[in-house]
Amino acid sequence: MANAYFDHNSSTALRTEVLEAMLPFMASQHGNATSRHSFGRTARAAVEHAREQVANAVGAYANQIVFTASGTEANNFAIRGICSNLEAAQILTSAIEHPCVSRPALAMEASGMHAKNIYVDSDCNINLAHLQKLLLTPTNLVSAMLVNNETGVIQDVAKVAELAREHKAYVHTDAVQALGKIPVDFFALGVHAMTVSSHKIGGPLGAGALVLDKRIDIQPLLYGGGQERGLRSGTENVAAIVGFGVACDLATKNLSAYDVHTANLRDHLEVGLAKLNAVIFGYNGLRVANTSFFSFKNIEGETLVTALDKAGFAVASGSACSSDSTDPSHVLLAMGVPEDLARGAVRVSFGLSNTVQEVEHFLLVLKQELTRLRNLTAIAA
Amino acid sequence: MAYSDKVLDHYENPRNVGSLDKNDPNVGTGMVGAPACGDVMKLMIKVNDAGIIEDAKFKTYGCGSAIASSSLVTEWLKGKTVDEAYAIKNSAIAEELALPPVKIHCSVLAEDAIKAAVADIKAKQLTKATA
Amino acid sequence: MERQPIYLDYSATTPVDIRVAEKMIPYLTEHYGNPASRSHPYGWTAEKAVENAREEVAKLVGADPREIVWTSGATESNNLAIKGAANFYASTKGKHIITIATEHKAVIDAVRELERQGFTATYLEPEADGLVDLAKFKAAIQPDTVLASVMLVNNEIGVIQDIEAIGNMCREAGVIFHVDAAQATGKVKIDLANLPVDLMSFSAHKTYGPKGIGALYVCRKPRIRIEAQMHGGGHERGMRSGTLATHQIVGMGEAFRIAREEMASENERIRMLRDRLLTGLQGIEETYVNGDLSHRIPHNLNISFNYVEGESLIMAVKGIAVSSGSACTSASLEPSYVLRALGRSDELAHSSIRFSIGRFTTIADVDYTVELMKSKIEKLRELSPLWEMFKDGVDISKVEWAAH
Repeated sequence: MANAYFDHNSSTALRTEVLEAMLPFMASQHGNATSRHSFGRTARAAVEHAREQVANAVGAYANQIVFTASGTEANNFAIRGICSNLEAAQILTSAIEHPCVSRPALAMEASGMHAKNIYVDSDCNINLAHLQKLLLTPTNLVSAMLVNNETGVIQDVAKVAELAREHKAYVHTDAVQALGKIPVDFFALGVHAMTVSSHKIGGPLGAGALVLDKRIDIQPLLYGGGQERGLRSGTENVAAIVGFGVACDLATKNLSAYDVHTANLRDHLEVGLAKLNAVIFGYNGLRVANTSFFSFKNIEGETLVTALDKAGFAVASGSACSSDSTDPSHVLLAMGVPEDLARGAVRVSFGLSNTVQEVEHFLLVLKQELTRLRNLTAIAA
Repeated sequence: MAYSDKVLDHYENPRNVGSLDKNDPNVGTGMVGAPACGDVMKLMIKVNDAGIIEDAKFKTYGCGSAIASSSLVTEWLKGKTVDEAYAIKNSAIAEELALPPVKIHCSVLAEDAIKAAVADIKAKQLTKATA
Repeated sequence: MERQPIYLDYSATTPVDIRVAEKMIPYLTEHYGNPASRSHPYGWTAEKAVENAREEVAKLVGADPREIVWTSGATESNNLAIKGAANFYASTKGKHIITIATEHKAVIDAVRELERQGFTATYLEPEADGLVDLAKFKAAIQPDTVLASVMLVNNEIGVIQDIEAIGNMCREAGVIFHVDAAQATGKVKIDLANLPVDLMSFSAHKTYGPKGIGALYVCRKPRIRIEAQMHGGGHERGMRSGTLATHQIVGMGEAFRIAREEMASENERIRMLRDRLLTGLQGIEETYVNGDLSHRIPHNLNISFNYVEGESLIMAVKGIAVSSGSACTSASLEPSYVLRALGRSDELAHSSIRFSIGRFTTIADVDYTVELMKSKIEKLRELSPLWEMFKDGVDISKVEWAAH
């Protein structure tokens, strides 16, 4: 049995260098970063160093970084935090956002705001004309992800920000799937807030950050000890933050190597997929190199994923967070993909540890399974 | 909190700790601050007939920066005239000790202590002159 | 390199127990799946570990695993419990909240935030010993009281509140009752199966687990509902979205398992150390223990050394790592609001040191601490004009100080 992990958009393995950097902060250097004795000061210095590393990775200043416990928290913080200080007006999120963007936007409806979707086209690109039309109504915030987690399609967030700013709306981007895959530059994007997360780039689970335009008036999600300049209370998770910092360094330093490596794997995969008559979603869009999201007509996705898993391939059938449900991917539906085809979707997301051999083996198994499943369907029919 | 080496030096080895005879007509005392604010400084200066500060002693209840500020001014005061002492500015103290912004009030307190001690000695001299 | 100081700040945070770290590391390196991934064994392994840990956390506090919701720490648990319950029940029960003036900032500030949203709040002052007067608590309950929040163990002075009695009053009045137990796990026995508590906050890093992970107990019988504060993938039965940090959860589970098995013997040893420390420090003139000594965890000793300023004292005792006031507010120069609430004078509040003893403290550590405190306090008092006045028989409270 093979043992290949093709689900890097869900979570990545921790890099050795990251673990090494974290270990002291789980053992002898255990201080609370708010304490004033030497244990506390060591922890504080480590947190501040990591803040520099994260800032460097996203082209921002260290004092713009607010550490959170996850990307989900950073997204909730951005949307609720920015909007709750504003008069009731609409909140626009692209139709392909992660639920931790779309749901907090919906939750703001309790405060009299309206959450509306910005359409995407069939290639998974945000429909800028629709955004412009929506912006004719007073808007508090526009949130558009930089890279879609399912298709890997890169959005023109700089353009979204430009349009939003023309209408005096704030702009947030969820860059969780972009960091470590493409260059990310906070200032060049022109957004007011940006979410990044540690465990998608070889860092540990338990750390994320919101990068903020400092002029913005944002309401905290968590109140208490006043950590993170009062914007995010709670004892700093020093070990995870240190790991996040190192992961940021590594991920951005090796960007071109990563890009070449995963692009090669994906090209291999997609050449094979084409021979198997797969429909590849977002194929005509500009995609990050590591992601391929595809489906086969008349093949049920769950069954296929289970079969692939039995053969030792870890892939996803949609985003991990919504794996509990069997609803077809909201991203594909937004792209206008028919429900039955969407239901069969399989996502492969590569990382540095994957090899061409794994991909070739995968294609072989995939071909066998498709034949088997098609035969079964033929019998049933 | 990171203290400068100079603060640490004055804190570890405070100069001129102690008291002078407060009933001596040549001794001026300045007591400033309040326990509720977390710092109290007592500065005593002994002035000779030529108006030169011959000796200075302090006691301080307060943080490391407050102790260092008062220790430093006792060094500065010796050999100065009363008027020169009066002209010492808190900014000079803060600069010498590289105090962080949250500790500037310690240098302000030290300046206040000097002014209070000088005012005390001047009042005493006035009483002496009129007596 | 300078020798590390002796760590006596276990109430600020604890080192991760090596047994906990060993359990965590495989979940950082080999089993790195997202526990919400249902399509492959990476996810299943992670999910199984998460559920085992949930059972361990539940066992320590006498709860059902289904009553445990993971959070990023006690601050989030407190925010979720207070804002979540207050918002959910406001329309049926009312908009008045009771809490105690000595609660952790995460509770106080969450309540203040609700006040900004139109709730009203009573911040009950405890008695001089730090304990809540039950009659005063009862009197504070109003017809529209929706929620009460009282901590089990105070972080600064270690006193233990009578949660059972307060909980019974809340149940009788139909008030939702939240308890911040961040400082209590592994130190006092908690049996939620028999305690009238609706919501309880926990933290891992105060009990030899990792930072960045906590939990909220949400009672099932009676069934307590809360409004989610974090929206997204619908993790934790919709009460708290966000990818779970498997290694941290595993660490919390193991830390709580160790606490359950070892707390009885550990607490006896710590009590012995604390008594030794107390006896030693009471040999110093003009020292005052803050908070009741009998209703108190053995780990905590909070003492004011009169006529010595707290920050200079901390600076003087670099050989030990202790705190003045709680770690979370150490950045500010204000005297501890907890000690102020007990009616301590500003001077005594300023002169307080919290010693918190833990699993790795030794007799030698305690003896060293006593000797260090004795010599440094003597030195600082030589410097202190207040001490001089005290020795000269001046009543400092009667002196008129120039405001500055």
